[in-house]
Amino acid sequence: MLDRTEDAVLARESTGVLRFPGAVAGTAVNFAVRKPLGAVGGSVVLLLIFVALVSPVLAPFGDREIIRVDGKVPVYQSPSLDYPLGTDHVGRDTLSRVMFGARISLYVGGMSVAIGITFFYLLGVFSAYAGGKVDLIIQRIIDAKMALPGLVIALAIMAALGSSLNNVILAIIIGLAPAVVRTVRSQVLSIKEMDYVLAARAVGASPVRIMLRHIVPNTFSTYLILATYYLGFAIILEASLSFLGVGSPPDVPSWGGMLTMASQAHIKTGPWTAIFPGLAIFIVVLGFNLLGDALRDVLDPRLRGAR
Amino acid sequence: MRDYTIRRLALFLPTIILATMLVFALFWIVPGDAAYMILTGGDDDAGKVSLDQLDKLREELGLNRPIHLQYGYWLWDIVRGDLGTSIWYKIPVWDELESRFYVTMELAVLAIVMAMVVAIPLGVISAVKQDTWGDYSSRVFALVGIALPTFWLGILMVYGLAYFFNWLPPLGYAKVWDEPMTNLQQLFFPALCLAFHDLAFTARVTRSSMLEVLREDYMRTARAKGLKEFIVVGRHALKNALLPVVTISGYQFGRLLGGVIIVESIFVVPGMGTLLIDSIIHRDFVVLQAIILLIAGVTLAINLAIDLLYGVLDPRIRYS
Repeated sequence: MLDRTEDAVLARESTGVLRFPGAVAGTAVNFAVRKPLGAVGGSVVLLLIFVALVSPVLAPFGDREIIRVDGKVPVYQSPSLDYPLGTDHVGRDTLSRVMFGARISLYVGGMSVAIGITFFYLLGVFSAYAGGKVDLIIQRIIDAKMALPGLVIALAIMAALGSSLNNVILAIIIGLAPAVVRTVRSQVLSIKEMDYVLAARAVGASPVRIMLRHIVPNTFSTYLILATYYLGFAIILEASLSFLGVGSPPDVPSWGGMLTMASQAHIKTGPWTAIFPGLAIFIVVLGFNLLGDALRDVLDPRLRGAR
Repeated sequence: MRDYTIRRLALFLPTIILATMLVFALFWIVPGDAAYMILTGGDDDAGKVSLDQLDKLREELGLNRPIHLQYGYWLWDIVRGDLGTSIWYKIPVWDELESRFYVTMELAVLAIVMAMVVAIPLGVISAVKQDTWGDYSSRVFALVGIALPTFWLGILMVYGLAYFFNWLPPLGYAKVWDEPMTNLQQLFFPALCLAFHDLAFTARVTRSSMLEVLREDYMRTARAKGLKEFIVVGRHALKNALLPVVTISGYQFGRLLGGVIIVESIFVVPGMGTLLIDSIIHRDFVVLQAIILLIAGVTLAINLAIDLLYGVLDPRIRYS
């Protein structure tokens, strides 16, 4: 029980962040002490954002730049001081490409979550609040979509629309729909029976107002947690599509796309070209998962073990 | 039980019809239509196609009919077992798909069995020895497994196997009923790679499910009766904890079929996944549609089977 109350206190403090910017530092320290793994995850996420922002300045070479030293192209150089993560099959610097890849991952992941999760979150709220036939129909559509794995749907959409970054975002959004709607819906179903919703209805608040002013703020932590998890998921999905050759266009330094070239034919000559982009994906996704776990424990004990 | 079965089947029918609509709609957004693709051979740059030819073929294929009629005829063909003719291979889709379908299913089943065999003991140990180093290491393992991208693990496995054991993905493929041992050897590593993510997830679910059951009153009763700890955990706890684990593993099957595509293309397994990628490259939408439809059908059938099984095993569910 003690554990729960402490969480509740911390939760109150965390939401306080929005209201009192001065308390941010204190809350961050508190969070790091209570959830060390979550803090590790948070640091990874911050690092990703940092690298994505400053990669044009920080990266030793350009993302598409083919290096020339004395008129020769250094193909498949193993990691050294000049090229910390080695070079690839056409003589590009792996470190620089991994750094630029952070931008792609963050952009695709961030956009698909910002648009997709928001939309499906609102759809879940609407479905649960509307209830009855509307809910039944939406849920059957979600059921039908559940039958198609996210990757398969995304692949089909990419095949139909052709490869571009925006199509990847669209494919990921459609790929991740069902689980989000489900989770949000079940939350709202219990909230909509609460007294304050009843009270709002009694004073004549419109359904839209009840949803936006009463239900959305009270499920906002769910939204935040889902967004964190799905950012990691979206990054993997983007990498998977690019790895299979139908995601980001080939000249874009996507981590998944870098692995395509590295696999099979090239792996024996230049294993580092396969190891480092994959390692980047792994660390980033692990970071988002750790942060998501910690956020879930802190903000919403009801969701514990839900995933 | 009869009412429950009827209720569940009543939900199943609209779902599967909606799923076919989704698959149909997915290919309705493709620029150009099937007639255009057949005439250009799936290649966008294959010169100009005359409008007369297009109109004639559209007439033949029924593409000038209204969309709901097209859907109706398409569905009717599928019900009769006709998945269409491949644009690229120019043969009936099922002829190309049949052997690949079995390979993919074998791979998926092998992976799910592997995942459960490892994950369930891991989850049980983790729950029984909660907050010991065993629990922590198995939880770290689960976290890592969930974050590890399948394609990266696959690449590293191929590399490791090639480097240390000189093993390369085989070019030929032995059928399971011809040479079962060779077949198992060929599918072992792909299945292991595929199982890994699932394994981590299942271990996590087993742990939380076990933890819940271990706190139940009947566990105290079982101990109070003086039963051996092994029997308490194995017979009383595990039996109850396994239900959600089996359910979730079943639902995971669909996700697993997504992962199959990646694993097959890394390990060069001649299954549906490699065909799916090929058909995307060749813009062979008839084959693509058929594969997606098959995946959806299998997933829905398995979900239905699990729900019915669940009703048999856990009577409470029938009355909810």
